[in-house]
Amino acid sequence: MKKTTMKLLVAFLALALGAFALMGCGKDSDTIKIGFNLELTGDIPKVGEASKFAAEMLKEDINSKGGLEVGGKKYKVEFVYQDNEAKAESAVNAALKLITQDNVVAIIGPNSSKQAIPAGGACNDNQTPMVSPWSTNPDTTKDRPWVFRAAFLDPFQGPVAANFAAKQFGAKTSAVLFDIANDYSKGLAEIFKAEWEKKSGAGTVVAFESHGTKDQDFSAQLTKIVAANPDFIFVPDNYNQVALIVKQARDLGYKGPFMGSDAWGSAELMTLCGKECIGQFFSTHYAAAGAQGATKEFIDRYNAKYKYVPDDVAALTWDATRLVLQAIQEAGKVEKDIKAERKLVRDALANIKEFAGITGTMKFAGTGDPNKCAVVVQISPEGKFEFKESVCPQ
Amino acid sequence: MEFFQHLLNALQFGSFYALIALGYTLVYGVLRLINFAHGDIFMVGAYIAYFVAVLLLGGEGMNGLGLSPGLTLAITVPATMILTSLVGVTLERTMYRPLRRKGADRLYVVITALMAGLILENGNLALLGASRKSFPELMEKVVWTFGGISVTNLKLVVVVAAIAVFVLLEFIVSKTKIGMAMRGISYDKFAIPLMGIPLDTIIVFTFILGSSMAGLAGILFAMSYPILEPYMGALIGWKAFIAAVVGGIGDIRGAIVGGFLLGFIEIGVVAVFPSTLRDLFAFSVLLGILWLKPTGLFGVAKTTKI
Repeated sequence: MKKTTMKLLVAFLALALGAFALMGCGKDSDTIKIGFNLELTGDIPKVGEASKFAAEMLKEDINSKGGLEVGGKKYKVEFVYQDNEAKAESAVNAALKLITQDNVVAIIGPNSSKQAIPAGGACNDNQTPMVSPWSTNPDTTKDRPWVFRAAFLDPFQGPVAANFAAKQFGAKTSAVLFDIANDYSKGLAEIFKAEWEKKSGAGTVVAFESHGTKDQDFSAQLTKIVAANPDFIFVPDNYNQVALIVKQARDLGYKGPFMGSDAWGSAELMTLCGKECIGQFFSTHYAAAGAQGATKEFIDRYNAKYKYVPDDVAALTWDATRLVLQAIQEAGKVEKDIKAERKLVRDALANIKEFAGITGTMKFAGTGDPNKCAVVVQISPEGKFEFKESVCPQ
Repeated sequence: MEFFQHLLNALQFGSFYALIALGYTLVYGVLRLINFAHGDIFMVGAYIAYFVAVLLLGGEGMNGLGLSPGLTLAITVPATMILTSLVGVTLERTMYRPLRRKGADRLYVVITALMAGLILENGNLALLGASRKSFPELMEKVVWTFGGISVTNLKLVVVVAAIAVFVLLEFIVSKTKIGMAMRGISYDKFAIPLMGIPLDTIIVFTFILGSSMAGLAGILFAMSYPILEPYMGALIGWKAFIAAVVGGIGDIRGAIVGGFLLGFIEIGVVAVFPSTLRDLFAFSVLLGILWLKPTGLFGVAKTTKI
């Protein structure tokens, strides 16, 4: 009895080892592999899903035309998706797995800065190009020549939100509630606070409160905020927390407006938040309602295929992936050696000066960060994100 | 004014800790088993409440029976409690009882409980996907404001429910025959069956009580914080466990006092200090209490503990 168990165990282990050894084999020279490091489970699953859907749509487009043409030869593209569970440590593991086991040419994602900052470090150290579609924190690409992004930065977004709120609400004072464990939320909250106090004088951010990522009760923080009586509350939080924060603030008797940031812009915001979020504003990357040209075409196709209006992340993933594909094409050839190919792609990415994306034109000035416009949208009674104004960097 | 608002908030959140802590304490009191799956039973309770409510109410892509929210609530509460207690009993039957039969050490049962919790979480993730569920509104929300203090009807219901559950459990355990049997098993698991008391029945009854309280907490929580996700029970369950230990695990009064105490400390820290320091301060205070009284506020020193 004992012996058989032992034998079974050994056989199982041998099989498992064999499986590991097999991984990474079967490389086909006629395909180009691109990795996706996405938030498929965890706190923000809708973000990962939107990214994956957009990527799948793009892949079908290319492969149905016979593949991507590089230097006169057509290559099929293959997308490898890895789940980073919306955790910083898992994002690094996912990146390393894509680099060392899946041998991808470049990596798209992670989306959220919390994951993109550590994953960017891993990609830079391993000399693999990475493009984050949605990350807005400066640290993601800072001093990392291998890391790029398709989104604007928080030092630009913070003032956009502050200026818009000051104008729209006629606000003199503000309050901030942010997620202390999220690099994106914390960074943006601090930028906003500095900007607001520069504009309206010291002490005009009357409450600056934080919470943890897994928190569901914000009543203590909100009670302090409501007691400080701000003209509006700035909430640079993920959409799932926004829904709870807005509802609880109303329960505590807060009647004023909220101002949000691009992390609000998920297709799931309105299913979670419902009527309480109607009429609120947030700064974001693009406005689906009233879009034109290529953007409208993308929205219509996505909507027809997946039955909902694509959010920022979907559109930005589309842009980020096309950016990488364009770089692969512009490199002019595909190297057999994966390391040399990655270097080619990175250099080609760095050479792109201007890129016409569906989320607007991106201008790169020698860094991985694009210069692009932000929009402010308002949530309409039908739950659509309606364009209010567009702000471009000077 | 702000002080009273914080007080009310603390009462509400403390109620959830107390309700969940009661489940830990009941099972521990009878079996000397720390049922680490309890936080996840609470999560399952919230999901059951969601499915029952959507089934009765309609919406969310289901046709439903189209009942009114009030009637839905009246049916959802008992249905959720019954179904959640079935989950608790199933865990007991399939995981804890076989181990007990084989005379496994208590440590292995506790590890099994941890695994059961993870299985519930990840089973839910596999079954329903990672996307969150938005709990339908079952009660017309009314916000009352008296001189700067806002309170919703739901908050009052939560607090009243926690206190009512405490009174009921205290009555069952201290005044009824079955409660006496529970206390007996806690005292001596081997002598009690010799007196003709059916051990398994009492244990199943304990799990029914504890899990139905988790189910009740689940539905109230889902109504107060209407976003459900598979991991929602992990952190709150863990904190409620700490509350139960601080109150003196195994004692019903301890669970309720510990739960409210944790609620007050957490909200109190945020009210006075920057909110970043909440968990650091809250748990330092609790550590201080345990330092002074290692068995918890109402606990009695025992020679065997896990």
